[in-house]
Amino acid sequence: MSLPEGWEMVVGLEVHTELLTRTKLFCGCANAFGAEPNTQTCPVCLGLPGSLPVLNRRAVELAMAIGLALHATVSPSTFHRKNYFYPDMPKDFQISQYDRPINAGGYLDLPDGSRVGIERAHLEEDTGKSTHLGGSGRIHGAERSLVDYNRSGVPLVEIVSAPDIRSAAQARAYAAELRGILIATGASDGRMEEGSMRIDANVSVHRVGEPFGTRCEMKNLNSLRSLQRAIDYEAERQYALVASGGVVRQETRHWDEDRGVTSTMRSKEEADDYRYFQEPDLVDLAPEASWVEAVRAGLGPMPAERRARLAALLAEPTEAQLDAVGTVVDLGVDGFVEAAVAAGVEADRAIARAANELAGDPEERPGLTGESFAATLRLEQTGDLSATQAKTVLSTIALSGGDPATVARELGFERMAADELEGLLERLIAEHPDEWRRYDEGDDKLAQFFTGQVMRATRGQADGKVVLDLLRARRG
Amino acid sequence: MNALEVAASVRAGATSAVAVVAESLERVAARNEELNVFVHLDAEGALAAAARVDERVATGEAMPLAGVPVALKDNLCVRGQPTTAGSRILAGWRPPYDATVVERLAAAGAVALGKVNMDEFAMGSSTETSAYGPTRNPLDPTRVPGGSSGGSAAAVAAGMVPVALGSDTGGSIRQPAALCGLVGVKPTYGLVSRYGLIAFASSLDQIGPFAATVAEAALVLQVIAGHDPLDTTSLPEPAPELSAHLDDGVAGRRVGLCRELVEGAEPEVVASVHRAAEVLAGAGATVEEVSIPELKLGLSAYYLIAPAEASSNLARYDGVRYGLRVDGADVEAMNVATRTVGFGDEVKRRVMLGTYALSAGYYDAYYGQALKVRTRMIEAFARAYARVDTLLGATAPSVAFALGAKTKDPLAMYLSDVFTIPTNLAGEAAVSVPFGTGEAGLPIGVQLLGPARSEARLLAAARVLEAEAGR
Repeated sequence: MSLPEGWEMVVGLEVHTELLTRTKLFCGCANAFGAEPNTQTCPVCLGLPGSLPVLNRRAVELAMAIGLALHATVSPSTFHRKNYFYPDMPKDFQISQYDRPINAGGYLDLPDGSRVGIERAHLEEDTGKSTHLGGSGRIHGAERSLVDYNRSGVPLVEIVSAPDIRSAAQARAYAAELRGILIATGASDGRMEEGSMRIDANVSVHRVGEPFGTRCEMKNLNSLRSLQRAIDYEAERQYALVASGGVVRQETRHWDEDRGVTSTMRSKEEADDYRYFQEPDLVDLAPEASWVEAVRAGLGPMPAERRARLAALLAEPTEAQLDAVGTVVDLGVDGFVEAAVAAGVEADRAIARAANELAGDPEERPGLTGESFAATLRLEQTGDLSATQAKTVLSTIALSGGDPATVARELGFERMAADELEGLLERLIAEHPDEWRRYDEGDDKLAQFFTGQVMRATRGQADGKVVLDLLRARRG
Repeated sequence: MNALEVAASVRAGATSAVAVVAESLERVAARNEELNVFVHLDAEGALAAAARVDERVATGEAMPLAGVPVALKDNLCVRGQPTTAGSRILAGWRPPYDATVVERLAAAGAVALGKVNMDEFAMGSSTETSAYGPTRNPLDPTRVPGGSSGGSAAAVAAGMVPVALGSDTGGSIRQPAALCGLVGVKPTYGLVSRYGLIAFASSLDQIGPFAATVAEAALVLQVIAGHDPLDTTSLPEPAPELSAHLDDGVAGRRVGLCRELVEGAEPEVVASVHRAAEVLAGAGATVEEVSIPELKLGLSAYYLIAPAEASSNLARYDGVRYGLRVDGADVEAMNVATRTVGFGDEVKRRVMLGTYALSAGYYDAYYGQALKVRTRMIEAFARAYARVDTLLGATAPSVAFALGAKTKDPLAMYLSDVFTIPTNLAGEAAVSVPFGTGEAGLPIGVQLLGPARSEARLLAAARVLEAEAGR
């Protein structure tokens, strides 16, 4: 969209995901977000003199799960030290993987049918977290810097894509699909807002048929929206630069979400020489074939398969229905849909309600089960509850649990008899003769007026569809 | 004061750990000012620990090192005790945890008196690079005790403690043991946990014992050895049985007198090694001359690998979290100022050397090449051990040298470790045992080398030499 005919962008993404292990990558400290600063630390993750790392077995398992879900090969691997000075890195080196990563060579198929290569997915430790006070909020020019080492040593997997992505929208779709896979493997909660999934984007532009242009790396992409906007902005910036006879410098750029622009963080000339060498405090990591196969066998269905499974429940799915299917899988609430369908709820209704009503944090609906979700939708389907009532019942059960029929009764939701509604409609027509005349003459917009009046009078208990049927039947 | 006798006496209730430790502290007090051995003495803590040992004895607990006073090299972390690795940059730092060896010694009933001096971050061969001043050789205070574990050697040689722990990255136990007339063991890489040892060069560092006799060294090693889940590089098996094999002798052993491990040594040193070969042959070993030319490459490979690892291991001393901080205009300026003031010349020299060896464009020519040499050395040792089971050579080229004799010439100092470095590069075992005397009647150490896990055999051979020397 953004580049003129004959030009294209080339994008490769580096996605860092924190692993959902109980403890950190090299010590027994808790791996949890949000604790008081510097309360989840020990000699190892503080890099105190004399401390030594011990590799977390579960982290290796989750890293293999990610690799296998991305069709990569799990190989014997080694750890290296990546040396550079930074206050939030307690050893002033990061233990990472270099020339022998645990996973290499895979791919990810996107919903639009395109395929993006995966170069590697390797294990490494996270750094602590700095807060710079004064100045611009970055380390340079700060008056004081505070460091929280709770995150130091949290296990990460870095997933590096091939430079196969050709648009910002495709980059976004890749990141979204990858996020779904990370969640499906149980490796990550995929929460970008908490930093448990972080994305760097390498972007270049070139004339189709010519070699790739010089790339710039974009940092601080904290949401899928930022990712897409930053890539579009950057590609346009580079195109404008090249088109006006300029040259793109290889550099790292910072995305400013508020201003919608990228700016130079550091150029290649200033780039660190990381002096990688093999970590002498760890031994080679060579998972036995039986272990790899056990991890492979333990993988559940990935999002693409789950989408296909749900879509198959729909006769001739529309675009909107497929979107809803995608949402259901993204939310990981397939189970609710399947429970409802098994209980006789129409798939369309089950998917729509799951997509719309189960969007929040699962922890915010402790009372809702597949069974109660299904039972509520059945009450809606049989007309015992209106759509509005059904949603209210769902949100009530979500918090405090309970049987849907009982909850509906307690909420005062009772099926309104058709003759009761008839009487109400008659009265409303008498009170609003002008509106009725216009509706009767064919102005369908007035149907909404009457439905709204009915809903107000019944405090939402009437079924909108039934009201519409009655209105139509009364038309001359 | 012999550790075995002390432990037996304390266990039997003939004497108390408190009395032993009090006597030990008196010996420290008598010579510490002159020799500068202890950089941190915890008399009160040691007496309290001794009292607890006595209580354990009273409950019938049989501890192998009951009441034995020990000195700890100052790169071993002890909870709450100053631990500086001989550096100004760690002045005042007190670790919140104990090294595994410290825990094991305490569990065995040993009582640590405190921390003893060392070359800064174990970089040196004379204990003269310490930020806390040089340590003097108790046998001749005008001379160095060797290094980097010079404090550990001096503490034992001065009779302050019967045994001490040091660390050996390129010879830092064996060379001071030789220069102070003691037994020193560099265990197989991974035999002793490194958890809590302040790293110099992680792939080379090993903790080991100093003692006046082979039997004492063997006992201490047996106590501190064995798998530790906190050190991934520690060997997977429990500690080997060492004390039980001390009198196995050398009958039927094949000993290789290694040409490269005596070449360039002073004539008295060479003579001692040859005399040792005769004694071993007399005790039933077959002795042949062997040559392993690859060993000559050891020194240059070592001086790339060790500094490279050190440049990374020492990066954390940046003023941010602990130890010295010298303020600067921003974080980077603070890092630079702290390290400029906090590190001594030898440490800076090696950090720069190592940084360079790992840098883009130089890695292959230096660090990469050194790794290849290391592999060749391991293969060469393996070939030698297919023919002989023990190698014999000198530990150090000379007896203890005068303070200041080599401080102006780093290369001359580096040559002190020429015979000891190959064992570290190969990750194998070696023992230095006093045998003969040289200039001014000062002790000479001969070195027995073996493949990984050969400690029992090496100690038995050392025992034969020791018996011949009359101890």
